[in-house]
Amino acid sequence: MSGKQEELQTAWADSFPLLGFLKESLAIAEVELKKLIRDPTELFTRAVQPVLWIVIFGQVFSRVRGIPTGTIGYLAFMTPGILAQSVLFSAIFYGIAVIWERDLGIIHKLLVSPARRGSLVFGKAISSGFRGFVQVVVIYFLAIAMGIGLRWQPYAILGVLFSVALGSAIFSTFSLIVACIVKTRERFMGIGQLLTMPLFFASNAIYPLTLMPVWLRWFARLNPLTYLVDSLRGLMITGGHSVHGFGVDFGVMLFVFIIFLLIADRLYPTLVQ
Amino acid sequence: MKEQPTAYPSPGKSMDFDDTENRVMSGSWAIETNGLTMRFGDFTAVDAINLKVSHGKIFGLLGPNGAGKTTTIKMFTTLLKPTAGAAIVAGFDVGSFPAEVRKRIGYVPQMLSADGALTAYENLMLSAKLYGMKRPDRKGRIADALNFMGLNNSSHKLVKTYSGGMIRRLELAQAMLHRPGVLFLDEPTIGLDPVARRIVWERLIALKEKYGITILITTHDMEEADQLCDEIAIMHHGKIAATGSPASLKASVEPGANLHDVFVYYSGGSIEEGGNYRDVRKTRRTANRLG
Ligand SMILES: Nc1ncnc2c1ncn2[C@@H]1O[C@H](COP(=O)(O)OP(=O)(O)O)[C@@H](O)[C@H]1O
Ligand SMILES: [Mg+2]
Repeated sequence: MSGKQEELQTAWADSFPLLGFLKESLAIAEVELKKLIRDPTELFTRAVQPVLWIVIFGQVFSRVRGIPTGTIGYLAFMTPGILAQSVLFSAIFYGIAVIWERDLGIIHKLLVSPARRGSLVFGKAISSGFRGFVQVVVIYFLAIAMGIGLRWQPYAILGVLFSVALGSAIFSTFSLIVACIVKTRERFMGIGQLLTMPLFFASNAIYPLTLMPVWLRWFARLNPLTYLVDSLRGLMITGGHSVHGFGVDFGVMLFVFIIFLLIADRLYPTLVQ
Repeated sequence: MKEQPTAYPSPGKSMDFDDTENRVMSGSWAIETNGLTMRFGDFTAVDAINLKVSHGKIFGLLGPNGAGKTTTIKMFTTLLKPTAGAAIVAGFDVGSFPAEVRKRIGYVPQMLSADGALTAYENLMLSAKLYGMKRPDRKGRIADALNFMGLNNSSHKLVKTYSGGMIRRLELAQAMLHRPGVLFLDEPTIGLDPVARRIVWERLIALKEKYGITILITTHDMEEADQLCDEIAIMHHGKIAATGSPASLKASVEPGANLHDVFVYYSGGSIEEGGNYRDVRKTRRTANRLG
């Protein structure tokens, strides 16, 4: 009964490993998105924070005029930074959901299926990428309301979406790695809080790297958030430009994502041991 | 990402793939272990166990909390790599060919693992895709499984609205979807009310009879071991104290003995006393969610 028929069914996927990998990843991403659409409350609560940052912090600091933001105003300068921040803050707590699913036995069952371990992780990253799109919509509405000049060329918008998806994927996979290491919700909450602020402040999100002391600038250069902000600044804002260049921005982000994916692929099975 | 165990010849890939030939390793057993051992640090959770499980039977691992049942099942299902010894499941060594084993087994963890935020149909569809089922086959298989488990009428309701018994049956549907050769169930009826429990037993027996699936369950419930299992192994402190059919084990102790007597006789302990606080709490938690 389990015989030949089954072998034939899975055989085709074996001969196109990449196709099989993508199919499995999309199956995971699809259910994640279904769940999100069914219960979107989390997305709305996540939208509150960027509003505070831009409307209050942004407006106050644009009066300081002490921050060198080039040819654009401070509000326009910080808007992509706040988009990146909200991507970071929502993706970094992804690990909590993973630990929750582990406690429910959902991950046990996924790991006993013949699906590739990497595709289980990649599927989560894809769904996290889509969650980032909601943040994009929120920030664009906010920017319009604040009268910030946005670039509406299709390639610019596609670029923003790609950047945000990649950034979300990076930080959610990072979060998953942390979850696999700390394994319990309590410890994860502690570490999550501990990580987000340094990642945010040691980046170019709300001030340029040139303002930082040299040691901090080094930190910021190793921080993937810096490259996310940089690409968004170049793609989103009229008159904004990327300091590092899109090649470097996307190159670094892709590289970091692949490294994280490889680590997560290894660590994911340890979550249930 | 790494999938095929490249250091070994890959049986699934040979052109003249013959199912029976690749199962020769296992002889005539659905599951066979040899000195199977799992250590966590210097604590030995499973201590060099030797087991043989026949095809098409329901086999019970009976033991108190903390005996090492879940750890054993995790090794059989490739979630844990044995520290020492070997286990051959559905014809393949779990340590060397985990991917081959996974294609041929089904698994229902102790916790309620169906996703409550999805419908039964969506849960099943996810399994169908992860098991690489072809699109034209999926719907038919899902309908069969829902039908077999008596869940047709509620297949489009969110699983969080289900009773514990319905969730267990959905999990069985998920685990049988790809017609596995061996099915592993960790404490399948824990926390279920007597009626729901009977239904699960009856479905398991039907699965065995209709599809010839070998079923391995763990339990600390004497009645379950007695009524459901063709054969049982008594597990205590990571070791197998005795194996045999419930009837033969009882007869070996004394006329009129029950399984509790058997347990005390072979393990020197009582099944109620085992388990540290953590084990008991874990078991209770599942029971509460089910109840
Ligand atoms: N990951 C782990 N690390 C350390 N000890 C563990 C781990 N998993 C299980 N144990 C211990 O191994 C023993 C057997 O556990 P388990 O297999 O869950 O027993 P059972 O399922 O029979 O209740 C218990 O004492 C438990 O605390
Ligand atoms: Mg257990």
